Amino acid sequence: MIVQNLFFGMLATVMGLAAIRVVTAQNVVHAALYLVVVLGGVAGIFILLAAEFAAVTQVLVYIGAVVVLFLFGLMLTRAPIGKTANLDNDQKVLAAVVAVMLLGVLLWSQFDAFGRAILEPQRVGTTGMVGDSIFVQYLIPFEIISVLLLAALVGAIVLARKE
Amino acid sequence: MTALPLLAIELAWWQATAIKVGAVLTVIPIGSLILVYVFLFKMMSHMQSRLGPMEAGPHGSLQVLAEAGKFLQKEDIFPARADRAVFAMAPVVVIVSTFILYAVIPAGPDLIVEDLDVGIFFALAVSSVSVIGILMAGWSSGSKYSLLGALRATGQLIAYELPLVLAVVGVVIQAGTLSLQGIVAAQAEGEIFGFGLIGNPFIFTQFVGFVIFLVAAQAELTQTPFDMPIAESELVAGYMTEYSGFRFLFFFIAEFGTAFALAGIASTLFLGGWYVPFLPDGLLANLAGPAVLGVKIMFVAFLIFWMRFTFPRFREDQLQALAWKFLIPLSLANIAVTAVLKVVM
Repeated sequence: MIVQNLFFGMLATVMGLAAIRVVTAQNVVHAALYLVVVLGGVAGIFILLAAEFAAVTQVLVYIGAVVVLFLFGLMLTRAPIGKTANLDNDQKVLAAVVAVMLLGVLLWSQFDAFGRAILEPQRVGTTGMVGDSIFVQYLIPFEIISVLLLAALVGAIVLARKE
Repeated sequence: MTALPLLAIELAWWQATAIKVGAVLTVIPIGSLILVYVFLFKMMSHMQSRLGPMEAGPHGSLQVLAEAGKFLQKEDIFPARADRAVFAMAPVVVIVSTFILYAVIPAGPDLIVEDLDVGIFFALAVSSVSVIGILMAGWSSGSKYSLLGALRATGQLIAYELPLVLAVVGVVIQAGTLSLQGIVAAQAEGEIFGFGLIGNPFIFTQFVGFVIFLVAAQAELTQTPFDMPIAESELVAGYMTEYSGFRFLFFFIAEFGTAFALAGIASTLFLGGWYVPFLPDGLLANLAGPAVLGVKIMFVAFLIFWMRFTFPRFREDQLQALAWKFLIPLSLANIAVTAVLKVVM
């Protein structure tokens, strides 16, 4: 457990610092790259929780696809090397307030739900169990989400395409 | 896994980890040097009716070491307009993603860094991280050629990631597991229409998947005919244009190291991995496994490099059309047929 706590502390520190740099970096590409560090840290936390499948999905979807699309879009449009002036948004105070409130809600819900209880360690996350719960227990929600995503895809293509 | 059953020695987890990291760090340069010598230097030369390097060592076999030494001696140059930190990090990101790929490839019953439950899924996810390194390299160089090369590479890698993953799904359905050791075992114990003597290497039942996997792997490696990201005649060397010295060597080793790893994954998925029929289990399988896997890797790598040296370069739109209009529908059909047969038979 000590080793796990040690690695959790390291991951949390790196993720926290990188998350701060995402919003303070003076270059959009740097901000996106710091986001990669944060998302990679999330994958690391999943591994510490023995949820391999979630960790690998995190890497494949967020690092391998979402951030790559961010970077691709940035580089196709406007991403000069060096510092960019006026990268700060006017609404940063408002954003900070919302972020603090969200943190408060999450912390409160954690303490409200679990308090100081120490949970029994559980072996979760073998891929077979994930598959079983998706395709047996939650089959109908899963199929509905698939159709929803397909509709969103088709909608995006229709919107982007001008005849 | 803190035990090495092979030698009946119990090791602490950090000792086992150190040995595993050391093994991977040895295998990658050796594997890529073998590929460079056998295929890039010798096979290509003989296919073009010339000898290739002959001076260093017997039949030029030490030429690769001379090349590596040359790159290590070169000055570490940063372009004046480059983003230095990102420029320095980019090759490291690419080569680390290659290194982690080796963690799940089994070379024997006990010779695997970590037999992950998610096995092949892990390998595919990790290999997609190298795209970030390529984008970092292209952007931070501060050169138009590099940026264009990186954008081309990204479009290509994303497009061919899908057929690569979908081709694997057929194998996963048939084996019923994502673990690469499990897939090897499924092939060893499988039967072809009740004929179980040689097991069932999935190349027979998943031949379509094997072909799609190889084509997609070729594109993932940005090798000819899919080498628009580094097309010499248009982009100098694409995202690698501004790199020299050991940073260029990192990209080079990563390219051939990934070729070695993808050939290893293809051998494991479709050719039975380290398993050969009629070989007893236990220590002998552990000793023979790496050699058997090595032979299969060389065969798959031969196919990959054969394509590389014989086909002309695609056009960008042809490349995208091949992926989205042909390979992805074909692999989806393959999945559907495999799934139906799996349930019916």
